[in-house]
Amino acid sequence: MTASNYDEIMQLLCDRLGSLTASDIQITPESNLIGQLSIDSIKLLNLIMEIEDTFDISVPINALADVQTVRDLVDLIYKIKSSS
Amino acid sequence: MNLLEKLDAAAAARKALLPNGVGAFGIPIEEVYSATEARIGHRRVLLLGTNNYLGLTFAPECLEAAHEAIDEEGTGTTGSRMANGSYFGHRALEKEFADFYQCSSGMVFTTGYQANLGTISGLVGRGDTVLIDGDSHASIYDGCILSGADIIRFKHNDMVDMEKRLCRLGERTQTTLIIAEGIYSMLGDQAPLAEIVKLKNKYNCTLLLDEAHSLGVLGETGQGLVEKTGLLKEVDFITGTFSKSLCSIGGFCVSNHSQLEQLRYVSHPYIFTASPSPATIASTRAALKLLSGGTELRDQLWKNSNQLYTKLEETGYTLGPEPGPVIAAIVDNPQQALALWQGLLDHDIYVNLILPPAAPEGKSLVRCSVNAAHTIEQMDYVGSIFAKLKQEIFK
Ligand SMILES: Cc1ncc(COP(=O)(O)O)c(C=O)c1O
Repeated sequence: MTASNYDEIMQLLCDRLGSLTASDIQITPESNLIGQLSIDSIKLLNLIMEIEDTFDISVPINALADVQTVRDLVDLIYKIKSSS
Repeated sequence: MNLLEKLDAAAAARKALLPNGVGAFGIPIEEVYSATEARIGHRRVLLLGTNNYLGLTFAPECLEAAHEAIDEEGTGTTGSRMANGSYFGHRALEKEFADFYQCSSGMVFTTGYQANLGTISGLVGRGDTVLIDGDSHASIYDGCILSGADIIRFKHNDMVDMEKRLCRLGERTQTTLIIAEGIYSMLGDQAPLAEIVKLKNKYNCTLLLDEAHSLGVLGETGQGLVEKTGLLKEVDFITGTFSKSLCSIGGFCVSNHSQLEQLRYVSHPYIFTASPSPATIASTRAALKLLSGGTELRDQLWKNSNQLYTKLEETGYTLGPEPGPVIAAIVDNPQQALALWQGLLDHDIYVNLILPPAAPEGKSLVRCSVNAAHTIEQMDYVGSIFAKLKQEIFK
């Protein structure tokens, strides 16, 4: 995969997170998913299912233990997608 | 934020969801009168929010067995199954569970929660995969996390979705454990076991079914969904609890794979906890006999369940997809759910309130659990109060 894929994943995820959070919240790569974007655990788990389908990959939910920010999540998806 | 401030923040969020300080969660039960009645505050209420499916909490056979065990063996075992906590009763109950499911091995755990934790974490580990239903009980999630295996969820009861995820796993399906439940406790719906078994065989996986809510409820002799569907031999591991239709506490796992026995030496939730008390084991053994001994209680349970489901459906409530002892009214927002729950309590009916994120898809649930000891008149009364509140709250 190339860097542009990384940016594409970031863009896609930010768009999707935008529809899950209040409209006045600014989403950046450093936004904390739970603390700042108020993505509760169930929303996050369902988002992972969507991501799996969009990128045709398996994202084990135990890997989310290390995910705090939007960037962490993009890194994880990018890593899995690159090795698949 | 320090550790205690984090808890304060969580408490504030909970209060925001439930203003007025209404105690819907952890409501104090002051006195228990029977399998269907108790006192909450100054009210004598009809219990419609327990897991007492067969109504056996005061069955004379179970009471007598428990009394006798306390007198003869004392109040507790004070030790692990691995050390001094395996009495005759524990081993006998394991054999009785294995026989009941026509399996070669059975294990008894201290709770149903631990049965899932201990079985799952004993069966899979790092590098393996668990494929679980999205609406799985917390004990299944926690067991998977404890195991260190990769956890993949499929959409609740959606077999197309499940197969898509199996396909993505490629060769890893050989070390994949699929986990489903006989009856799901939120909406009371059953797993599509025949299709799950087909996929399990097609992709060469292992299958665990948690019959927590279906033991005693489904099947001619009460084995659960495995019996109702005739698929007992296709399920590799069955777990369940004593805390619902068997009316005590504890859990079990049965299997025809002799490897189950190995879990006794590796499974922390089995080893590092005290074994169930003698009275618990004795009453469970008596209850299992009653559960499997006839269909009368099950027939009554289903009569009551069908009656209430039909009534609530006719009244215009949105319910889970199929009738059963767990009947959940699905409500759009927490305020309406709370009003319905409080309205029922004001009419001396206790049910369960389930708010987001615990309820699926951001909905709120007002959930009834029917039991065999309820009477037709009680079900009529509950139906009429639900109808009255429908007019008042959802106008
Ligand atoms: C599906 C399921 N599995 C396991 C359990 C745990 O049972 P126990 O109450 O024995 O810990 C429950 C109980 O709530 C359950 O609903």
